[in-house]
Amino acid sequence: MNRNVGSQVYASVLVNSIYAMLNYPVTLISTLLAPLSILAVVTFASHGTLLPVAAEGALIMNMVSSGTSLQGDLSHLKNDMRLQDMIVSSPTGPGVYVFGMAISEIVYSIPTLIVLLIFNVLFVRTTPLGAIVIFLDMATIFTFSISLGFLLSTFSSDIVQSWAFSGILSPILTTIPPVYYPISYIPLPYRYLAYVSPTTYAAQIAQNAVGFTTLSLGTVVLYWIILLSITALFGYLAMKRSRWRDV
Amino acid sequence: MRYPCVQISVSHISKTYAGNVLALDDVNFSFNHNGIFSLIGKNGAGKTTLIRILSTQLLPSSGGATINGFDILNQTREIREIIAAVPQEARAVPWMTPLQTITSYLMWRGYTHSDSREMGKNVLRTLGMEEQEDKKNRNLSGGQKRKVLVATALASEATLIFMDEPTTGLDFISRKELWNLLASLKRDRLIILTTHYLEEAETLGDLIGIMSEGNMVGFGSLGDLRKRVRYPLSIKIFSEDFDTSGIKGEVQKTAQNSIQIYTGEGEAYELAETLLSRHLKFTVQEINLNTIFESLVRGDELNE
Repeated sequence: MNRNVGSQVYASVLVNSIYAMLNYPVTLISTLLAPLSILAVVTFASHGTLLPVAAEGALIMNMVSSGTSLQGDLSHLKNDMRLQDMIVSSPTGPGVYVFGMAISEIVYSIPTLIVLLIFNVLFVRTTPLGAIVIFLDMATIFTFSISLGFLLSTFSSDIVQSWAFSGILSPILTTIPPVYYPISYIPLPYRYLAYVSPTTYAAQIAQNAVGFTTLSLGTVVLYWIILLSITALFGYLAMKRSRWRDV
Repeated sequence: MRYPCVQISVSHISKTYAGNVLALDDVNFSFNHNGIFSLIGKNGAGKTTLIRILSTQLLPSSGGATINGFDILNQTREIREIIAAVPQEARAVPWMTPLQTITSYLMWRGYTHSDSREMGKNVLRTLGMEEQEDKKNRNLSGGQKRKVLVATALASEATLIFMDEPTTGLDFISRKELWNLLASLKRDRLIILTTHYLEEAETLGDLIGIMSEGNMVGFGSLGDLRKRVRYPLSIKIFSEDFDTSGIKGEVQKTAQNSIQIYTGEGEAYELAETLLSRHLKFTVQEINLNTIFESLVRGDELNE
C-alpha cells in the first residue's frame, strides 16, 4: 500500500502535542515559564538594559528546550508506554518518527513562541535580512537539539535518566552560556569555556544580526561553519549511533 | 478463498544479553502457516526475546531468520511493511481515548486520518467497545486497556502480528472474548502470541512452541507434541484398590480417591481391557497441553 508520510508525521504531532496540550493545558504554562523567568531576572538585574538581548536569548532557549524536551518525551513513549517498539515493528522509519516528534515539539511551543515573538517585535529592532538570519539560526540550533535529544533518548532506559539528561542539558546549553547576556560579561579566561557550547555561536550570530554585538564578516562566517558543523555531527550521530533497534 | 500463508524460518538464533545472560540458545524452526502460533514457556524461557527478534525490535547475537523470504537482519523495511506488534509491557497513553489510540497508530502506518478513524471505529465495534471509544484510556478497566492495544494491531493490514502476553491480567470472560476475536481474525494472517495460560495456547494455537531455558523443546500442532511425549494417554481409574504394580507408565494417586495413569497406546488398550473385565469405572483421555508442557520442559524421554 502507499504510505502517507504526512499522516505519519501528523500522528506524532497529535500524540505528543495536541492531545497532551488539550488534556493538560498546565504544561503550556511550564513551557512558557522557563524562558520568561530567566528573561525577567536578566531584565531586572540589568535595570532593563539587557531586555532586548534576553528576549532574543529566550527565543534560542525555547528552541533548545524544545529539542531537548524531545529526549524526555521519546524516552517516556519508548520506556513507559513501549510505543516506540510498536513503531519499530511498523512501516514507520526512525526519520519520519523523529521528524514528526520534532514538529510536535514546535507545535507544543507555539504559545511560547508567540509570546516571545511579541517581546522581540516590541524590543528588538532588526532588518528583514537580520530576521532571516535569526530564523535560520533558530532552525539550526533546533536541528542540533533534536539530534542530541533523539540520540540521548535511544540510550535512555528510564524516564528518571531522561530527567537527569534534561537537568544537565538545560544549564549547560542555555542558562550558563551567553545566550541571555553578551559574551563580554564573562571574564577571561572563563570566556573561552563558553565556546564549548553551540548555543554561544547561535547567540552571537543572533546578537550580531540585530546589532547588539559587532562581529567581522569573517567571524560570522566562522561561527556559522562551527554551528553547522556541530549540527551536522550530531545529526550524523543521531542517524548512525542511535539505537532504533535494540542490541 | 485461499490466503497466502506467512513463511517463517528461524535458523540457529542465539541471544546473549550484557552480563553474559543467555536468553536464546540455538533456536531453529520453520513453518508456512496462517492462524495462531502460541509460544509458551516459564518466565525467562526466552519467549519475549524471540518475539522481539522476529518483530525486528532486537538484534540476535548470532543466527538469523527470514519472514516471507526477507532477512530479519538486512531486509527490515520489507518485513515491517507486513508486521505489527503489541509488546508485553505496552500501555495505552492514559490521556488519549481508545479511538485516538487506534487512529494515531494507523496513521503511523501511513493511513489518512479519516481512514484511520473509520478503521478504528470498526475494530472497536467488533470488540464491543464502541461505547468506550471516546473515554480516556485511564478510565478504562485493565482488560479494556489491553483490548485497546490489541485492537491497534488487529485494525491494521499487517499479515503477521506479534502479541506478547496479550491476555495477562485479564479476567476469564475478557480473555475468552479476546480469544474469540483472535480466532475470528486468524484466517488471513498469522498471529504469534506468547502466553502463560496453557489453556489459552491449547485453545487457540494451530501451532504451539514450547520454550525452556532459551531452547525450543517442542514445536508443532498439539497432536505433533503429543506424539513426542512418552505417555500420550491418561487413564483415570475411580478406585483406590486397583493394583498398579507392573503397569508401564506414570502412576499418580489423586485427591478424589482415584488413580491417574499416564501411559502409551498399547498399554492403555491392555489396561482398559483389564479394567472392563473387573467392572471398574475409568476414563481414557489424550493428555492435555499442561502434561505435555511439564513433560517436555522436564526433558522426559521422547518417542522417536
